Amino acid sequence: MALNRKIAYIDLSTGKIETKPIPVEVRRKFLGGRGLDAYLLYNHTKKGVDSLGPKNTLIVSGGILTATCASATARTHVMAKSPLTNLLGSCNMGGFFAPELAWAGFHHLVIKGKAKKPVYLWIHNGEIEIRDAASLWGLTTTETQWAIRKELDDEDIKSMVIGPAGENLVRFANVMTGIKNSGGRTGMGAVMGSKNLKAIAARGTMDIKIAHPIDALEFNKRFIDQITSAKVNQTQGTLGTPFIWGATNSWGGVRTRNFQYNQCEYADDIEPERIDEICTETMGPHHMTGCFGCQVHCRAKYKIPTGPYAGKYDEGPEYTSQGAFGGEPDCKSAETVLTGNHLVNQWGVDNLEIGSIIAWAMELYELGILTSKDTDGLELRFGNDEALLEMVRRICFREGWLGDTLADGGIPASEKIGKNSFDYLIQVKGMNNLHSDERATPGLALNIATASRGSDHLRSRPAIDLYHLPEAVLRKIYSNPVPYDGPLSSEHTEYIGKPWQVFWQENCYMAVDCLGICKYHTTFLGATLPNFEDWPKVLYYNTGLEFTPKDIWDIAERCNNIERLFNLREGLTRDDLKKGDTLNHRYFDEPCLRGAPDVIGAKIDRKKFKKMVDEFYVHHGWDKNGVPTPETLKRLGLDQEPSHLL
Amino acid sequence: MEKVLKIDYQKCTGCRLCELVCSVSHHGVSNPARSRIKVVKWEAEGLYVPMTCQQCEDAPCISVCPVKATSRDENDGFVVIDYEKCIGCRSCVTVCPFGARNYSTIDKVVLKCDLCGGDPQCARFCEVKAVDFISADRLSQSKKKDAAKRLSTAQKAAATLYPE
Ligand code: SF4
Repeated sequence: MALNRKIAYIDLSTGKIETKPIPVEVRRKFLGGRGLDAYLLYNHTKKGVDSLGPKNTLIVSGGILTATCASATARTHVMAKSPLTNLLGSCNMGGFFAPELAWAGFHHLVIKGKAKKPVYLWIHNGEIEIRDAASLWGLTTTETQWAIRKELDDEDIKSMVIGPAGENLVRFANVMTGIKNSGGRTGMGAVMGSKNLKAIAARGTMDIKIAHPIDALEFNKRFIDQITSAKVNQTQGTLGTPFIWGATNSWGGVRTRNFQYNQCEYADDIEPERIDEICTETMGPHHMTGCFGCQVHCRAKYKIPTGPYAGKYDEGPEYTSQGAFGGEPDCKSAETVLTGNHLVNQWGVDNLEIGSIIAWAMELYELGILTSKDTDGLELRFGNDEALLEMVRRICFREGWLGDTLADGGIPASEKIGKNSFDYLIQVKGMNNLHSDERATPGLALNIATASRGSDHLRSRPAIDLYHLPEAVLRKIYSNPVPYDGPLSSEHTEYIGKPWQVFWQENCYMAVDCLGICKYHTTFLGATLPNFEDWPKVLYYNTGLEFTPKDIWDIAERCNNIERLFNLREGLTRDDLKKGDTLNHRYFDEPCLRGAPDVIGAKIDRKKFKKMVDEFYVHHGWDKNGVPTPETLKRLGLDQEPSHLL
Repeated sequence: MEKVLKIDYQKCTGCRLCELVCSVSHHGVSNPARSRIKVVKWEAEGLYVPMTCQQCEDAPCISVCPVKATSRDENDGFVVIDYEKCIGCRSCVTVCPFGARNYSTIDKVVLKCDLCGGDPQCARFCEVKAVDFISADRLSQSKKKDAAKRLSTAQKAAATLYPE
């Protein structure tokens, strides 16, 4: 049974390991994955813990459906208090790790304390062992994974690891599995580093009994047909996420030169087709690769064609890498994008954050706020490819004053750099924004301002806004599974109705994260993809648990509220520029200078934005400060938290 | 008409869905350790090769079996194991040139592809058709076509480089 996967409590300080079953009532309240992680984090950390201290709790999980006969259930979720934001830390990655962990008998790991010296966990068919990692310390992410396979003499081991950035406590270091699957956001790699935990290795051959195997198989087939018939997934399956780059950029939705512009002049040079062209060695008609059990296969395999890393194999680059090493720093070479992507994968750091923070430093340098003394002589200007890649290295290894300063994340760096450097930092809750520009799309702006892990495009993005679907179609999507008869607008520049869309998508993505499914298999970029009505079936066929679509909605709402409670406990206040649900002043004050007619001149209206946040809170059942009301907590069964049911 | 599994490793995206559906359809459980097909991977190079039984005409597993537990099914033409006779000596595992015979440590038996009795689930679920179930006489058709295309493209290019 998928449901008999256990939870393990591992104390690295004492070496004590305890395993427990997950009670069905806890499953019914939180399902698994991110939702159950949030519950565990809320219960197992105290207010104000040091995010890089032994009292922070690291939680690693697969979803309730991970490794069952439901397609694309490969997602691994990782949670802890974030060293970058000092609020909720949370990231999610694909690959093969979570399924392997499930076959090894576990769905959740709760890791506490700090090992005296570098260690790694070895999880095999119900057993957990803490092993010495002295020989692994200092290795890159892939070197670490191959070394573990060699040491334990098993090619099928899957591990989740950190690279040098995590060891060096770079506050936006990621966790990695495989060549490029990364849990990028909020610095979970630094939390592993702070615990002296280099890796978690898993290998399992334990059965996961499927409740109704024939139905599960047939339903999976239907699911696959639904997923692969969506145009967006077909394109994604040949070009990967970079397919959106060209359209977004020509429209004017890509932030460049740290928010000075919203369009990149060299966009064609880093298009996926151009990357195909220069990567002659691995590219071709069939060069895509996928995560466990997934038919979207959204990433390309490539070899770096030239330069010091020529011939190195990697996967991607994603849309985020195009922004991080192309648009943001205004570098136009596809080779830089490919190399940058390779370096962040190997050293284990969030590509989005590092690209964004370097672009910020470049603007500061051009403004004279940072000088060549601060950069140790480096000409940190926009368009300087070598300086960009050198800066990536300095940050990952904390070299030089600026490398060390930026490695601590935007807000601490702005405090150290001083002057008015903070005004130029494009962040929410201490996490830098994706390189897309949301000034012409108030709905997306609301989403990044209110996302529980700080600026984020994967928590509630109503991205189908950009398709201008007929209002009747929007209403069909957004009135299910709970009725909604308020305003809705298919106009992306509108403010009305957007709070509901953001609220709805937030619940939708939470459900997906609890199930362990990938977001390309739901209403993210395609309106016809699986949704609340489909999940009860897939849950029933695989686990035997019965739910209604409304039950899933309630679970998602409950989990979102528990994330909110965590953030409030750590000091989130609505209008705080560093910890609140608001945006950098540039969104409100500086109009877009480039792009299509509906984009040029666009900026966010302060008053209307405030009204959107108000409405968003009302949908949630939160008061005007964004705090869940006692009635809301009671309705969701959270009035007794923390409850320590587990 | 005789149908065979055709494997095109270049198309494989490495997702291992074939392993999953194989174990679910045969055993009602998700567990790649029970799958009859396995994707062998060289992750650092991006090379993935699905490996499974080729139902060889002159099958070494049939000749080696000391108790004649392995034979060719007269009707469907694929190689089957009679578990009444099988003594679990694993000789067939040793001689199979493809490593397609799996020894399951869970059930302590040898497992091999039985083409799901004529509707192989791996091929049904493989959306990119890295594993496909086609009639034997068409096995090399697409390869021929690809090669012919390469040849004609090369000839056209050569003609422009060295006009007569
Ligand atoms: S394991 Fe069974 S089928 Fe294989 S050779 Fe031995 S007796 Fe024959």
